Amino acid sequence: MKLVFERPKSLQETKTHYCPGCGHGVIHRLVAEVMDELNIREKTIGVAPVGCSVLAYNYFNCDMQQAAHGRAPAVATGIKRVLPENIVFAYQGDGDLAAIGTAEIIHAAARGENITVIFVNNAIYGMTGGQMAPTTLLGQKTETSPYGRNAQSAGYPIRVCEMLSTLDGASYLARAQVTDVKNILRAKSYIKKAFETQINKKGFSLVEILSPCPTNWGMSPSNAIFWVKNEMTKVFPPGIYKDWEEGR
Amino acid sequence: MEKILMKGNEALAEAAIRAGCQCFFGYPITPQSELPAYLAREMPKRGGVFLQAESEVAAINMVYGAAGAGARVMTSSSSPGISLKQEGISYLCGAELPCVIVNIMRGGPGLGDIQPAQSDYYQATRGGGHGDYRTIVLAPSSVQELVDLVYDAFDLADLYRNPVMILGDGILGQMMEPVVFKERPKRELPPKDWATTGMKNRKQNVINSLYLDPVKLEEHNWKLYRKYKEIEEKEVRYEMINCDDADYFVVAYGIAARIALSAIEMARERGIKVGLIRPITLWPYPAKAFEEVISRAKAFLTVELSLGQMVDDVKLSVNGRAPVYFYGRPGGMVFTAEEILKEIEKMRGWPDETGI
Repeated sequence: MKLVFERPKSLQETKTHYCPGCGHGVIHRLVAEVMDELNIREKTIGVAPVGCSVLAYNYFNCDMQQAAHGRAPAVATGIKRVLPENIVFAYQGDGDLAAIGTAEIIHAAARGENITVIFVNNAIYGMTGGQMAPTTLLGQKTETSPYGRNAQSAGYPIRVCEMLSTLDGASYLARAQVTDVKNILRAKSYIKKAFETQINKKGFSLVEILSPCPTNWGMSPSNAIFWVKNEMTKVFPPGIYKDWEEGR
Repeated sequence: MEKILMKGNEALAEAAIRAGCQCFFGYPITPQSELPAYLAREMPKRGGVFLQAESEVAAINMVYGAAGAGARVMTSSSSPGISLKQEGISYLCGAELPCVIVNIMRGGPGLGDIQPAQSDYYQATRGGGHGDYRTIVLAPSSVQELVDLVYDAFDLADLYRNPVMILGDGILGQMMEPVVFKERPKRELPPKDWATTGMKNRKQNVINSLYLDPVKLEEHNWKLYRKYKEIEEKEVRYEMINCDDADYFVVAYGIAARIALSAIEMARERGIKVGLIRPITLWPYPAKAFEEVISRAKAFLTVELSLGQMVDDVKLSVNGRAPVYFYGRPGGMVFTAEEILKEIEKMRGWPDETGI
């Protein structure tokens, strides 16, 4: 019999703790597939964030360090500076990366730190129960913006790819969405390119992935996908924001 | 062996390289700035990593990453900067990662001043971060001792998989004294088979301080507790000077102990039998030094460049068996030997019940 589908070697066999319809499972798998395809699993060190994906080390089958909230890029920097020939990636959510860890991500990018960051943007704090994130859309209702995010009191959503693309140290920046097969495959190609950026020692790479959070958005999984596609992408347009290979 | 005249901060930096420090992450702050400046010059030449972080928070988390990857790693700062590092120190303790943290103290609270102080004693010995944890705290009182303790600090960190803090003050960082970089006996150290270096030919290694299951967290904390108890048994260090015939005792650490020693000499000339107890490890605290003299001790005087922090540990060690007095200056001002002499004389005259 021909084997046509199996679990990537870079994923452990474990029960998921993620909610139904959550994007983390798909994104974990994409990262794992890329690690398998690039044959880097045994030299990769991942950095797990604080938030829903805090248990990332239970899923990825590679060496892992768990970081304090927002500090994953600093932890990844420490690892990479000690082990420059290894592959180091950080996995972060929007509260982690765009709020408490804004300084760390900006400066890792500005240094051109040769690491890869997987940035999962679901426009809300998931683990703590659905509070407003820096990426929460205007008008979006959350536990801490119960009347909808209001720019006057709560400011505007932060566009991370656009912001980091002004930095010379950033080599590869792209935004994808895990909403349908076409977009999931595109997300995978971005992730692969980001790891290749690091393998080729081209500096800092980040892939932002728009991801559904049905539980905290109070939607069905299918409506959540619809909302990512139709609402989130208006504020966070998918695409490649920076590519070191462009213009070669 | 060659004696070199060196500034404390620079001597510390040189000792760190010689002790095998592979990387340094820091953020500038007075009065320790010569230390990162020295390492910025020397580390690249000698195969090490120097990186100036965007903040103290980032620096300590870079230390976390590098320590987790198995390197000998150091950071240094001064009081307000160490406050920012406390989050990371709690994580390092939780994840049992070895590193050396230098605190060249200045006046506080808040921005305080840039003058020497000893007012971070509570923060260093009690832990300014969250959770039940301890860091080993070494308190040198000369540039030579600063150098010697750097080697010990790295070894202790690796031996116990725990952060070690070198607690000095602005004077120690800024003063110049002759130093000798002695060859140090190598300590037997366990292999870093827990480090995240890529999992080739072995199982996954995870560096972590999260235990969602409270039973597991409790087990982890008891394990840490047993480690701390072992450190308390094996690693207490202190010095006792002029204590053999003394019935009064001054207790001081670091630069305060140097000044106290001059005062003690002056007091002895006046016929007061007074000795010095100088803790070198502030945690674990050398309570046993007090046991050696408690049966004949008439009183203790703690002197610190603070409003009185170590005096708590002195009182715990004395445990009501003799009066304990305190003298300190908290503004970054340094007391003179004459000021301490006055306090020694007062201690002798003080009625016991006024002991603070």
